[in-house]
Amino acid sequence: MTDVNYIPSKQGARHNPARTMIELPAEHLERLSSWGGVASGMSYVFRPSTPDSLHEVLLLARRSGRTVGLRGGGNSYGDAATNNENIVVDLRRMKRILDWNPATGRIRVEPGVTLSDLWQYIIEDGWWPPVATGTSYTTMGGSAAMNVHGKNAFKAGPIGDHIIEFDLMLTSGETITCSREENSDVFHAAIGGFGMLGIFTSITMQMKRIYSGLLEVETCTRADLSEMFGYFNQHASESDYIVGWIDSLAGGKSIGRGDVHRANYLAPGMDPHPAQTLRTENQHLGPNLFGVLPRSVMWLLMRPMVRNAGMKVVNKGKYLAGSFSGVKKYQQPHVQFHFLLDYIPDWKKAYEPGGLIQYQPFIPKETAYDAFSEILSLCRRRGLPNYLTVLKRHRPDDFLMSYAVDGFSMAMDFRVTDENRQRVVWLARELDDIVIGAGGRFYFAKDSTLRPETAEAFLGEERITRFRELKRRCDPDGILETDLWRRVFG
Amino acid sequence: MVLPYVHDVTEHEQVPILFDQITRDLGGLDLIIYVAAVQPPVALHEYNFEKDEAMLRTNLLGAVAWLNQAALRFEQARSGHIVGISSIAGDRGRVGSPVYNTSKAGLNTYLEALRNRLTRFGVTVTTIKPGFIDTELLKNAPKTFWVISPDEAAAQVYAAIRRRSQVVYVPPRWRLVGLIVRSIPSSIFRRLNF
Repeated sequence: MTDVNYIPSKQGARHNPARTMIELPAEHLERLSSWGGVASGMSYVFRPSTPDSLHEVLLLARRSGRTVGLRGGGNSYGDAATNNENIVVDLRRMKRILDWNPATGRIRVEPGVTLSDLWQYIIEDGWWPPVATGTSYTTMGGSAAMNVHGKNAFKAGPIGDHIIEFDLMLTSGETITCSREENSDVFHAAIGGFGMLGIFTSITMQMKRIYSGLLEVETCTRADLSEMFGYFNQHASESDYIVGWIDSLAGGKSIGRGDVHRANYLAPGMDPHPAQTLRTENQHLGPNLFGVLPRSVMWLLMRPMVRNAGMKVVNKGKYLAGSFSGVKKYQQPHVQFHFLLDYIPDWKKAYEPGGLIQYQPFIPKETAYDAFSEILSLCRRRGLPNYLTVLKRHRPDDFLMSYAVDGFSMAMDFRVTDENRQRVVWLARELDDIVIGAGGRFYFAKDSTLRPETAEAFLGEERITRFRELKRRCDPDGILETDLWRRVFG
Repeated sequence: MVLPYVHDVTEHEQVPILFDQITRDLGGLDLIIYVAAVQPPVALHEYNFEKDEAMLRTNLLGAVAWLNQAALRFEQARSGHIVGISSIAGDRGRVGSPVYNTSKAGLNTYLEALRNRLTRFGVTVTTIKPGFIDTELLKNAPKTFWVISPDEAAAQVYAAIRRRSQVVYVPPRWRLVGLIVRSIPSSIFRRLNF
């Protein structure tokens, strides 16, 4: 697979490589792709295990005239963790837990620690990560760089709101400590700065106290988008987590219908056996789906479904089953509630060979209803409905490159094929106009289609100038780059 | 977009760094075509090592220097296409051009070996065997026939690349000639004057 044509490849390092520079060892060449598999390319991949070996890669980059892109779990849907024909540092081997205090819930980790490593380490002490993404394969370095959120974004904000301080290795090799008090400008820009200012070598975070390994979950269906919004507005103040699953193939009066899941932590004393429910062994997704189907083969069964007719049947069936059973309440292990994307291993393979992209706009609450209605109907009109649509509520934050708003986000998965590739790109441009018109924002962890002018429209010239100034200070030779950076800011 | 680089393919030690530079400037690599070759005039009783070495260094070792780089990269990429412009002249050792024949026979075998190594990794290797093409090289050829223009040859090579063919004669009628030439027993072939 070669690069898709809507992700222009502006290769070449700005630090003007001379022809006399050393060549990189070819055995480090690997094909890396965006998580959705739509774009891929070759990179020299290095996997340092210590800050010293990380520094050596930075020196090698200078000597070879290559730029360096940072990669964690590789779960960014687009090109945020690829750096074609240049160096990629995969940080997953820097995965030590450097310090843990079970009395205070404060933890210091290396960037390659995954969310899975993290929750397993702390849960039996009665703590849970304050922000959990839909997959547990994300690393803490990647999560901080993208400033990720979970289904509690309206209440807990992004992960940056729970980071107390971090050490950042600059491309000079110098390491600086950043917090809200120390190097505060870098703190607020490196979190959410998609790896362009420096490399997190340690991150200190505050975990969330829990009193049970179970969550109190309530699910129900909503008949249209206004009911969906109504549910969020009604329940946000009394819920810890809310997420809506929209059936985007439903049109007409049913536009925006779907299921809602909300969950609350159990208060102290509500769980009679917390020591047991908090055991790692009791937090699992289960080996089989519905008790019989091995989860490892489920993506094969999904394959015939990821097309318009198939998803229409699946979504309608799911909606009808949900509305038939009414409001359901049950208790569920944290892992089962949070990591829905891990239920079916390799589910993205169902979208091969083309792959998928995700489009996730964030829109203020005042304009969100109209904008999302327009987006859903435009996708239908263009014959490009998305197959997985997730609605979440958010709150603003104080990070420089923030995507958050006091409003809602709608994450939409689009299947990409050779036939529809160009139409998906055109649709994304039309959707961009709706989002920008509604005062919306975008999220670099998901993005594949943003153009420089759209980024400037939502971030504003002033923020981008400030970010560029900080980049010049932290990375004066422009060593840190990714395909995303070149596409949107290059 | 065309990016030209000035390079002498007999400077084999320069190849890795230049290959590196080109792949970066292009932002990737999907296809490589090795076209370089020389054929100095060689008389029937001439055994000139300088001329022979030049042919081997250009036609064969240059190809190995460049295509080894591509093979390593394509194997790791699990995709790619290697094309070598060889010659019908590599099908048999003949009285008129022993080392030219050797260089092209070596190239054919090298490309075949690359194909056998790399097919399992999703890489295509195409050997092109042109007959007489109307280029500088023909000036040294004693007698010619079925001559086609470089443009026509290029169109046929391009079509072969699109088809991801393995071994292609240009124009195709040379396949029959190659078959006949390869089938003639040595006891007869050594008495022929071509």
